[in-house]
Amino acid sequence: MTDKFRNNPELKPLLNKIKHDVAALDGKALPLKFMEVCGTHTVSILKFGFRHYFKDSIKFLSGPGCPVCVTSACDIDKMIYLAQQGHHIVTFGDLIKVPGTHSSLEKEIAKGATVDVVYSPLDALNIARNTKKEVNFIAVGFETTIPVIAGLVLDTYAQQIKNLSILCLIKTMPNVLRFLLSQLKGEIDGMIMPGHVSVIIGSEPYEFIPREYGIPCTVAGFEPVDLGLGIQALVSQIALGSPAVDNRYKRMVKSEGNRAAQELISAVFQECDVAWRGFGSIPKSGLCLNEEFINFDAEKRFHIKVNDEVVQSACICGDIIAGRKSPIDCTLFRKKCTPENPIGPCMVSFEGACAAFYKYGE
Amino acid sequence: MCLAVPYRIISKEGNKAIADVFGMKKEIDIRIIEDVEIDEYVLVHAGFAIQRVNQQDAKETLELLTELCEAESKP
Ligand code: SF4
Repeated sequence: MTDKFRNNPELKPLLNKIKHDVAALDGKALPLKFMEVCGTHTVSILKFGFRHYFKDSIKFLSGPGCPVCVTSACDIDKMIYLAQQGHHIVTFGDLIKVPGTHSSLEKEIAKGATVDVVYSPLDALNIARNTKKEVNFIAVGFETTIPVIAGLVLDTYAQQIKNLSILCLIKTMPNVLRFLLSQLKGEIDGMIMPGHVSVIIGSEPYEFIPREYGIPCTVAGFEPVDLGLGIQALVSQIALGSPAVDNRYKRMVKSEGNRAAQELISAVFQECDVAWRGFGSIPKSGLCLNEEFINFDAEKRFHIKVNDEVVQSACICGDIIAGRKSPIDCTLFRKKCTPENPIGPCMVSFEGACAAFYKYGE
Repeated sequence: MCLAVPYRIISKEGNKAIADVFGMKKEIDIRIIEDVEIDEYVLVHAGFAIQRVNQQDAKETLELLTELCEAESKP
């Protein structure tokens, strides 16, 4: 089935039709500006050549949908602080190279810190069972990943594992989009919503976008056909002048999302204000552990101390994830900053806009 | 990082299942997928099944694609 969404003979005619429909739009400045919120979409758009193909008709802007890219330097410093206390750090691989203000987990490993990279947060349970050290799982991610982290917290509790806690840096989508749209008023013609975040929260939380900002959005998957249909949905809504939320990823995303996953999340977490790289603190844009599970919060348990010092850098990651700039606008791109020697998080993560631009050209 | 991939369930026991992805067998957590059956597809992220895959809706999406392109090729 997946193959039909990837190598489908009808894709080319669809893309031609989109181009044709964009050219026929009345009174719209071209290229249209579509923001793809999710980092995985950024990769697909570059990898499948959409960016190049639609060069004169659609400009794609990256959004805040790469969890590593939106993690602030101050939060990276918290991970480094825990590593320096001799704790056993368990993390997703992407975070290792991200620079904090003065170091990175990679540099701490070179100095002897214990850091394990895992595929699933649940792997932290076994790691904690087999060591006497304090184990800290670095919890970054959006709604797609939050149920898994909730599962980790519940299992840690149920299995009475005493030496495992989480550094809770998780973020949620709807309110950062609200924040962004209020800044970018009139500068975006449509939004492509993150497919796998939407699996959990559904398409309903996006209803405010057409209602309050008058722009269409589409929930799209990641295969070329999914993306093509998503873009087509945006263009046809613009042509009709009736912006709405169009779900083109129905095989995975229900309008109400996955209730069981939502219940799992609310059993463990509660909403809070969190700081995003490049944006600062945004109200109710993240989750922290609720009262019942507060003992698993590494920040509270180990009284983490970091400076809120800001190091000046020419890195423009903050502007890139806000849709204001593109990696090619950065003076360090491909010169000083490369995937081997990343200066900012957008070059570290595979789905960061800078890494995707580096890999797939431009 | 939010990428999730469809896996086919091969066997299950309690909260855990063995599932197949690209011919590899992996253990996954199925606690939030109610009554998942053998041979069903689930979307897996970080070792955790987050959703059933609806084959009927997949078919309809492909039909929509054909429809759009047919409408286009008509004079
Ligand atoms: S190229 Fe490097 S320095 Fe420039 S914005 Fe991207 S990550 Fe930052």
